[in-house]
Amino acid sequence: MRLVLAEDLYLLREGLIHLLEAHGFEIAAAVESGPELERALLAERPDLAVVDVRLPPTFTDEGLQAALAARRRIPGLPVLVLSQHVEQLYARELLADGTGGVGYLLKDRVFDSGQFIDAVRRVAAGGTAMDPEVIAKLITGNARDEPLGGLTPREREVLELMAEGRSNAAIGQRLHLSESTVGKHTASIFGKLGLAPSDDDNRRVLAVLAYLNGTRRG
Amino acid sequence: MFVKVRLRGLALLGLAVVELGACALALAALLATYCVGVGWFVLGPAFGGCRRLAVLARRHAREWSGVEIPEPYTPGPPLPVRQPDGWYRHGRGLYRSPRLPAYNLRTLWMYSDGATWRDLLWTLLNPVVGGVLALLVVLFGAWPLRLHARWTRVLLAPTRRARLGRRVEELTRTRTEATDSLAAELRRIERDLHDGTQARLVALGMTVAAAEELVETDPVAARALLARARESAGRALTELRGIVRGIYPPVLAERGLADAVRALALDAPLDVTVTAELRERPAPPVESVVYFAVSEALGNVVRHSGAGRARVELRHAGGRLRVSVTDDGCGGATADSGGSGLRGIERRLAPFDGALQVSSPPGGPTTVTVELPGADEPEPEDVPMSKEELRVIAVLVLASMALWPQGVVPMAIQLTHDDSRSWFLALYLPEPLQWPTIAIMIAAGLYGYWRAGLFGRLRRWWRGRG
Repeated sequence: MRLVLAEDLYLLREGLIHLLEAHGFEIAAAVESGPELERALLAERPDLAVVDVRLPPTFTDEGLQAALAARRRIPGLPVLVLSQHVEQLYARELLADGTGGVGYLLKDRVFDSGQFIDAVRRVAAGGTAMDPEVIAKLITGNARDEPLGGLTPREREVLELMAEGRSNAAIGQRLHLSESTVGKHTASIFGKLGLAPSDDDNRRVLAVLAYLNGTRRG
Repeated sequence: MFVKVRLRGLALLGLAVVELGACALALAALLATYCVGVGWFVLGPAFGGCRRLAVLARRHAREWSGVEIPEPYTPGPPLPVRQPDGWYRHGRGLYRSPRLPAYNLRTLWMYSDGATWRDLLWTLLNPVVGGVLALLVVLFGAWPLRLHARWTRVLLAPTRRARLGRRVEELTRTRTEATDSLAAELRRIERDLHDGTQARLVALGMTVAAAEELVETDPVAARALLARARESAGRALTELRGIVRGIYPPVLAERGLADAVRALALDAPLDVTVTAELRERPAPPVESVVYFAVSEALGNVVRHSGAGRARVELRHAGGRLRVSVTDDGCGGATADSGGSGLRGIERRLAPFDGALQVSSPPGGPTTVTVELPGADEPEPEDVPMSKEELRVIAVLVLASMALWPQGVVPMAIQLTHDDSRSWFLALYLPEPLQWPTIAIMIAAGLYGYWRAGLFGRLRRWWRGRG
């Protein structure tokens, strides 16, 4: 699997290359600025872009803008955005086109290489990987509203993990539940939120995120 | 409107007479104080009376003509404080009651303020100039009213010196506050880093060192220690993120004020609508202070108001940046009831000449408004009276003198064959010259009015009415 990496800090870039190559990814290009990233994405057409939000030359949100621009030029291009801080605002922008294949994680998440590589694979396969912190913010923002307030604590946990982009199997593993129990919980959640159930993991995540985003206007 | 303007003219005319009285009293008190040494206790009320009249005149100029005249007075003296022995001290004297030292302090304060003397000069001149203009208001309507206000401005507005003095005081105060709050902020950041992140990194280093020692002998324990080190690094990062947010929120650096406020609104646990109409990005320090102001205001909404919705509006209006946070909560908040938060925001706004306002009637809604002048907005410079306006006033005053007291009134006396001569010039002249003098006076007065453009205005006004 070929990917393009954009990160301006040398140590972090080398660390990420090392980590990704060790797990069998091929680094097609590793760049350190916004314009370079756009050129590399159009030239290499990788299977995935791993992008830092803040890049030279302006050190604002160049990486995010380049990634969004590239997704407009190459529809469906999977993008995993890394940042030192997470904002619901950016998450919404990434999810806005509703097609999936996006990830948005804190840089801290690379500490847990297993989880991180899992997220990379999920995004590359067209799935979603949202940072737990973004999901927590999304859910606390909605906590006062019915019907989210009507979920049991266990259902809340399942909803959080589901919104992060995990499959029933992964959720079960995480919460020490059987896959079928998780399935029952998800069915109950979808019923309470009034969403159409779906077997497709990716579509399910997008529906949940759209629900959480849609209840409030920005 | 017609009647109202004339009533205002009458009021100004009446006040001109009162001013004349106040001026006479003040001058008499001054003379008595200096020459005889007994006027001190009249001086205070006389100065105070002149000042009250001047304050009233400024208010009339503002309310009736929209001419803004700022108060020029220096801040008042502190009141005498009761000493432990129960006496009040002022200078070398000791007093049983605070009334006398307070009077002395107050009178001395007014005496040493240049604005008091300008007030006095104004009460001397205004009975003539203002009186004539007020008479014209009664006779001809609104136009001289504005001229009256502009004239009031000439002596009653603060001098450039007074304005600059006041500005220096204000700048000194805000600069002290700004440096103090900057120092406090740096101290807070230092403490956060010292007690939090630094301590965590030390612990992290020690854990890694311990793991290093155990790696050969007890790999399982070493592995557990490394896992703990990793967790510790994660927590240090989380803490650091919090500190960075408090210094300068990354989203503000990356996206600017409007989006940073949108991010704030999204994170708030209630429905917040953001309307941003900014022509350009404000300067970074302004963005930062406005961001923290909105953050504090939204925090207060969440903590105190019980509101379900809030609205944040950011817009440029007339060169100023105006930000308001409105909620539909229970109201009854003041800048003080928000705790130290809003006060802190006020202090941070002061160096930018920004102002914070809280409007919160019981029952709501509460609106917190922050207003900042634009960077390129010039200081409101007063438009001094033009030569042209002064000429018009002089012509009007002279023409009125000629027309009324020296023209129309002696004519009336002459017609009624009254014997009194009073101070009417024409009546002291030999018989054959009396009527021609009266005629010349009236002609000169009317000519003056014509030169001042009074008739032209009157004609236009008449046509506009028809």
